[in-house]
Amino acid sequence: MGNRTALYQSHVDAGAKIVDFGGWDMPINYGSQIEEHHTVRQNAGMFDVSHMTVVDVTGPDARAYLRTLLANDIAKLDDFIGKALYSGMLNEAGGVIDDLIVYHLDGWYRVVVNCATRDKDLAWMTRQSEGFAVTLQERADFAMIAVQGPKALAQAKQALPEQNDLIDGLKVFHGAAAGDWFIARTGYTGEDGLEIMLPEADAPALWQTLIDNAVAPCGLGARDTLRLEAGMNLYGHEMDETVSPWQANMGWTIDLKDAERDFIGRAPLEAQQAEGVPAKLVGLVLRERGVLRAEQTIIVDGVEATGVITSGSFSPTLGFSIALARVPAEAEVEAVVEVRNKRLPVTIVKPNFVRHGQSLV
Amino acid sequence: MSEIRSELKYLPSHEWARVEEDGTVTIGITEHAQDSLGDVVYVETPEVGANVAAGEEAGVVESVKAASDIYSPVTGEVIAVNESLEDEPEQVNSSPYDDGWFFKVKPSDLSELDDALDADGYKAAIEDE
Repeated sequence: MGNRTALYQSHVDAGAKIVDFGGWDMPINYGSQIEEHHTVRQNAGMFDVSHMTVVDVTGPDARAYLRTLLANDIAKLDDFIGKALYSGMLNEAGGVIDDLIVYHLDGWYRVVVNCATRDKDLAWMTRQSEGFAVTLQERADFAMIAVQGPKALAQAKQALPEQNDLIDGLKVFHGAAAGDWFIARTGYTGEDGLEIMLPEADAPALWQTLIDNAVAPCGLGARDTLRLEAGMNLYGHEMDETVSPWQANMGWTIDLKDAERDFIGRAPLEAQQAEGVPAKLVGLVLRERGVLRAEQTIIVDGVEATGVITSGSFSPTLGFSIALARVPAEAEVEAVVEVRNKRLPVTIVKPNFVRHGQSLV
Repeated sequence: MSEIRSELKYLPSHEWARVEEDGTVTIGITEHAQDSLGDVVYVETPEVGANVAAGEEAGVVESVKAASDIYSPVTGEVIAVNESLEDEPEQVNSSPYDDGWFFKVKPSDLSELDDALDADGYKAAIEDE
């Protein structure tokens, strides 16, 4: 038996198929992953993401610590209480230890990291905090529910009448505290929506209230196809400690503007940039019948195995297969993928396939 | 518990085989298999006229989650394939033993199915998984 979230029994009662997910017993689907995927693209669905790790960073040096720890610069958040920032947390060689979201909460910060990387993240964050007057507090007492889809905000407002003003006031990629809850307008699906952190004891009642207000439970299977369509990275697939963020479509998260800011991994990233980055993360589209999968190899300009798929699946929204892939920097327009002893032509596109229900390819 | 039909024969790799009245054999995947795979999005069947061999790969079923080879329980010539799966692969999920069949074989040696599992044997096999 793995770890169980406060919503485990709710999932079982709803007929979820439970699988191991980074040591947690989590719902992969409640019947049909494809139906759940469409629900999020067209209406409103919700995910139990309580397995994710929340760490509060407080203390007089919190800002200075995070400006060293993260490749993106949280100074961008200085004037924006509640605003969130996406960043990589890099090792000394510039490889990605994890990707995360950090919220600025008036003098302190809330960081959300991945569940599968929890132990090494906490160890790294603790080690790097030496010399800084900061306190790191893991918030394992939180459950987290992500309500996503074009109707997510409307349905969440119906479910939470007392939070209507707060939800109405939330700009995209901002969060706000509501008592011991925290509601943010963020997500991992390419749709509008909320991520609600709340005490575990409150979670089953909120889950049920959302069901009663036409928000459908969706499993982590649909979450993966939704994030893939949205071109969002998944740690361990698009990047890991051996991959530079330059090669993982994370260049936009590397903030080099303040020359004085010596964040961990900066020197190797600048050296890589000066030398020229040899590979990039792109999207692939397969119009023929077949499904692209992680680890399939890519032939570019007749050169074998010059690229590799990092994540691939059937796209329920588009009706054909898509993938994220690392290919040589000069690769453009077309390539060939080795899909089970067959060679199929694919189109190279920007790694972003669907946003707000609309096809981008 | 997944449905397991008593009139069928099974492979441990989750294919079922049904001997029809005319002696041909219809092949598909089990309820348990479709449940493990999740939503099926693509089925590659052998071509009509192709020869398949018992225990050998004869096709592929792909779900949102994974690709899985399909093995033929018998040796013989493929005499029909379920073309409706091209547009509606979800029939494999909704009706694995009926509308979601994959292909039919004219077997060269029907006794090959004596080595396949019966319903009780298959039930025991999936309980051990």
